[in-house]
Amino acid sequence: MREKLVVALALAAAVLLAFNLYNIFVMLPDEASQGYIYRIIFFHVPAAWVGMLGFFVAMTLSVLYLAGGDLKYDSLAASIVEVAVVFSTVNLVTGSIWARVIWGIWWTWDYRLTSQLVCVLIFSGYLMLRRAIDEPTQRARLSAALTVFGCVNVVIVWKSIEWFRNNHPGPVLSFRTGGKSGMDPAMLHALLWNFLALMIVAAALTLIRTRQESTAREIDSLRRAAHV
Amino acid sequence: MNRAIELNQVWKFYGDYAALRDCTLAVQQGSCCALLGRNGAGKTTLLRILAGLTTFQRGGVTLFGEKPRAEKARRESGFLGHGIGVYEDLSARENLHFFASITGNTNLRALTDSWLERVGLARVATMPVRQYSRGMRQRLALARTFIHSPKILLLDEPFTSLDDRAIAMLSELLTEARQRGATIVLSTHQLREALAIASHVALVENGKLRYTGERTQEMLDDPALLYRLHTELGTPQ
Amino acid sequence: MNLLRQSVAVARKDLAIEIRTKESLNAAGSFAIVILLIFSFAFESFSDEMGEFGGGLLWLVFVFAGALVFNRGFARELPNECLDTLLASPLSAAALVIGKAFANFAMLLAVELVSLLVFGIFYGVDWLSVAGWLGLVFALATWGVSILGAVFGALTVNLRLRELMLPVIIYPLMIPVLIAAIELTNTVLNHRPVSGQMEWIRVLVVSDIVFTVLAWVLADTILVN
Repeated sequence: MREKLVVALALAAAVLLAFNLYNIFVMLPDEASQGYIYRIIFFHVPAAWVGMLGFFVAMTLSVLYLAGGDLKYDSLAASIVEVAVVFSTVNLVTGSIWARVIWGIWWTWDYRLTSQLVCVLIFSGYLMLRRAIDEPTQRARLSAALTVFGCVNVVIVWKSIEWFRNNHPGPVLSFRTGGKSGMDPAMLHALLWNFLALMIVAAALTLIRTRQESTAREIDSLRRAAHV
Repeated sequence: MNRAIELNQVWKFYGDYAALRDCTLAVQQGSCCALLGRNGAGKTTLLRILAGLTTFQRGGVTLFGEKPRAEKARRESGFLGHGIGVYEDLSARENLHFFASITGNTNLRALTDSWLERVGLARVATMPVRQYSRGMRQRLALARTFIHSPKILLLDEPFTSLDDRAIAMLSELLTEARQRGATIVLSTHQLREALAIASHVALVENGKLRYTGERTQEMLDDPALLYRLHTELGTPQ
Repeated sequence: MNLLRQSVAVARKDLAIEIRTKESLNAAGSFAIVILLIFSFAFESFSDEMGEFGGGLLWLVFVFAGALVFNRGFARELPNECLDTLLASPLSAAALVIGKAFANFAMLLAVELVSLLVFGIFYGVDWLSVAGWLGLVFALATWGVSILGAVFGALTVNLRLRELMLPVIIYPLMIPVLIAAIELTNTVLNHRPVSGQMEWIRVLVVSDIVFTVLAWVLADTILVN
């Protein structure tokens, strides 16, 4: 049943992505001041949304695990974190490339970029932590605790640098050049469609990963039973 | 009679593996229950649950009506595990002082001094534990366990690796504890010593409690009887 | 308050052991001094601008030295299964973690004081005249890193590769505290008014409160398997 769902999601994502890629690279005109490179935002921004959403869903699942003790929440949380780390990294890399072309810099301490980087660092630590713990219940418990600390931390970083940058303006990676009326509707639609496509990809990957986690747990319990 | 300790349909999982399955046990106040079973049966896990060191996923556990992690339950109980539980870099006096203070005792100086005297460490009380012999450390561990006169004693294989002097001291302390109405649960695979002091036995195998009941004369005469009757080595029950 | 009393008992015990053995203090202190000296050679040509780098440099030294202190914190409970004994006692898990944080705090402050002395001598920076503000900033920021060090010291205590996992996990979590500490330290060392940077003080206070509350709430979950 699950396999069928994954295949269905993958197919849906493939179709949607094909359509989006055509739209993004062929149909839409160049942006007024940025030129061709602006098209990177159709991946940069949705990847950020998928990533951040993933981390906060993972936090909710972690709290649910801590409350109820059901390991399914833990498997799901770990899978979502892994996928979210990948998407957040895509966000950071694409942002870096864009900034290099437009601003001539690879990096700046913009509050969104910094928060995203902190997220990736914290949750890379989470993934390393999980690999260091063999026993599934202990692993779930400690991962959940780290997730709670991590998410709260990201909020603090976001807020503090946002304040700081409001008082000490630096280069801001804004795609709304001139910051006037926001995005052209056609571009906004393309952005949202690609967000949907990436969400579907993320969902498929999460399902695959969750399945792996369950299997790993099953193998672990068989191993324990065999050793008694 | 009062039930000091109650386990009700307790399950403990490591991931999907059930280390304890559907364990139900009631230990009456003032009794001494010996937890028997082979290595890996689940005795230590069960004891650790009672001591509040390990969580469980299903069922209920109470010590004098409180959950194991409740402060009241931990104040009334004393735990002696595999390790001696004392700090190598502190002296015997400092160790006892610290443990007496966190177990809610007052008049720490007098209490510490009397226990040091009791376990024969008064003359070396200011030496760091690092310099103690094995026997001295064991006696200090006993003092640490009994210093707050716990109403429940949870002992994990207490007779293992104790020298004669320490075994004698432990037996004396246990007898005294029983006289003041304390409840004792001890796990062991040294059948003879355990059965000699126990009033009840509980046999654990593969995470299940195969037998619980009073210790009988038959068991004293033939310690392996329980295993033969109730484990998979013998006839299935 | 019971929690406070128990935490202080734990901290006193840890500090008593530390004063006797000086394991963490020696390691962390020497490490801090060596790093400061090396940076002194490395950045000699920038000595006029040292004031601008001072905050970053000092806090870099403090967190690396701090990792040595935090690692020892719970590792010290492993021999003889003292950790089990503590958890089985009426001591709450929260008191244990907060007590360790108190001990971390005291040890790290000692390292910071020594580092400031070395810093003042080798970099020619006058910190004595701003000792009051510096003290406040250091106290707030050091508490933030100490409580994180205690919580994650507890979390990693039973793991293999503990010494590796602890820094990897806590350094990203320290980022808000570090950024605030560095900005404020630079402000103070350059004799600029802190009133313009009150938001960073607020960041420190919020971080301290949030991390301490989370530590209190999650201590049992982290320590009891």
